[in-house]
Amino acid sequence: MTLLEQNKPAIEVSHLVKTFSGVTAVNDVSFTVEKGEIIGFLGPNGAGKSTTMRMLTGYMPATSGSISICGFPVATQSEEIKRRVGYMPENNPLPEDMRISEYLYYRGRLKEVPRSKLGSRIDEVLEVCDLKRVRHRIIGQLSKGFRQRVGIAEAILAEPPVIIMDEPTIGLDPHQIIIVRDLIASLRGRMTVIISSHILPEIEMTCDRVLIINQGRVVAQGTPAALRREILGHVRYEIIISGDFSSLNRVVSLVDPNITVALQDETDAEGFKTVVLTTDKDEELGEVLLKKLIEAHFRVRSLNRQRPTLEDVFLAATRRSWDVIDKK
Amino acid sequence: MKHFFTILSHEVRMLLVNPATYVAAVIFLSLMGFVFTDILETFSRAAQDTSPADVFFKQFYLPVLFIVPLLTMKCLAEERRLGTMETLLTTPVTTTEVVVGKYGAAYVLYMGLWAATGGFFWILKAFAGDSRLLDPGPMIGGYLFIAVSGLLFVAIGVLASAVCRTQAVAGILCFAMLFALIFGGSYLGAATWLRGDIMHPVKSAVDYAQVLQHYEDFTRGVVDFRQLLFYFSSTVLALLFSILAVEAKLLHN
Repeated sequence: MTLLEQNKPAIEVSHLVKTFSGVTAVNDVSFTVEKGEIIGFLGPNGAGKSTTMRMLTGYMPATSGSISICGFPVATQSEEIKRRVGYMPENNPLPEDMRISEYLYYRGRLKEVPRSKLGSRIDEVLEVCDLKRVRHRIIGQLSKGFRQRVGIAEAILAEPPVIIMDEPTIGLDPHQIIIVRDLIASLRGRMTVIISSHILPEIEMTCDRVLIINQGRVVAQGTPAALRREILGHVRYEIIISGDFSSLNRVVSLVDPNITVALQDETDAEGFKTVVLTTDKDEELGEVLLKKLIEAHFRVRSLNRQRPTLEDVFLAATRRSWDVIDKK
Repeated sequence: MKHFFTILSHEVRMLLVNPATYVAAVIFLSLMGFVFTDILETFSRAAQDTSPADVFFKQFYLPVLFIVPLLTMKCLAEERRLGTMETLLTTPVTTTEVVVGKYGAAYVLYMGLWAATGGFFWILKAFAGDSRLLDPGPMIGGYLFIAVSGLLFVAIGVLASAVCRTQAVAGILCFAMLFALIFGGSYLGAATWLRGDIMHPVKSAVDYAQVLQHYEDFTRGVVDFRQLLFYFSSTVLALLFSILAVEAKLLHN
């Protein structure tokens, strides 16, 4: 590793723009990824995720802006970049008529893994990706889960410092998703990983940081927890109670004067109603709330602080970006 | 050119495990076998002025028109259709290495098929033992012509594959270009409208590119440097256009 590479972030993207015959696919995207980080690209279809990834690998030139990987600019030193990036494209294209071990050997040679190390390295990635049993099978006859793992094995084969995977878990069953997720998590700290997906829980579990892209722009970035706070900005409590609902507003305002109450119309057979309370306060209000409600002779069946999922964040963030675009 | 041999050996291997290659080889050898038997029958009925090798290699366009598209149509079009072009070009491999490696593999196989026809002459020698039938001059000239012209024919096939997304279109385009190259020259050479003074430069260019005439010269033992240059330079040009076509499709896909 040269001096140039040591102190630089793994990936630096600034003001990246890509237009296809007048259509802007990626519009002024900037972000930085530190070494050893796992970052998730999130966005609806056509948001520009794949285009950004292709530009990161040097496969597709950018219209304007700059990308540097490990301190090397992609535009001028694409040879250096290609040695440092393991890339698995969308839909994971693989040759149909090769055996897994043959394919990995060929790819290893192309990626300049020394011949003496290649054999043991192939054994290693086959082990990591749990492909040992099928190493002599022909790729065209493999199931989707195996093919996807072959793609991942191929991406990590040359031990590149940066790994870019476009939708690595697309089309997998839940069991296989867990295997792939664990596999990606096992790379944490050793390699910088960028994955894209629109399966939100998966990103939330594996990624240190999330980048939400919509219509070619970064609409939000940060850790999943920070995004929740930043974008949703409030906490919701859902309670199921029965009692004198006309006094409910007064009771909850004792806890927090800014709390808003949303009563549901339906009352069940025993007179219970679901009530949603929304507040800006981040600290836990559950205990006080419960105490005050019981003091006011409410019968409480349940109290639940709702954790906003990344899905809520995602929907809020993409909606927010549409609002911004609509206003323009 | 660090990865040229990796790609070349990989491609030759892939061609050798592909059933289509064997189908092509069987068709090629049976077609040429029929041609050869037919020639021998003609020679056994009456003495001829030329040697069998001369007549045999004169039919070179028959396999060229069918085998070259079969061997080359897949090479770049299929990679692009499957999307493996993307994985290939995100490794430290240049477009030039990819195109030249695939071209080399197709050429090696093309020459391998022609080399197999050497067996015909061996059988003839072993069983007929008639030295009049085995004139080494036209035979060497014939194989030399196949080797030199094959460079260009295979390069045209690679070019067709580079500009098309589907194999079938690449195959048809390759067939059309080869047909135009082989027969277009003699057609234009005979055309009266090219005889005028004003068309003289065009006429001389057409005369220069007469593939069938080149063949005649090679088998008569005349190896003209200009003809070699024609094949080498056109090959380089076709490969350059192939590389540019692959790169252009990256920019505009």
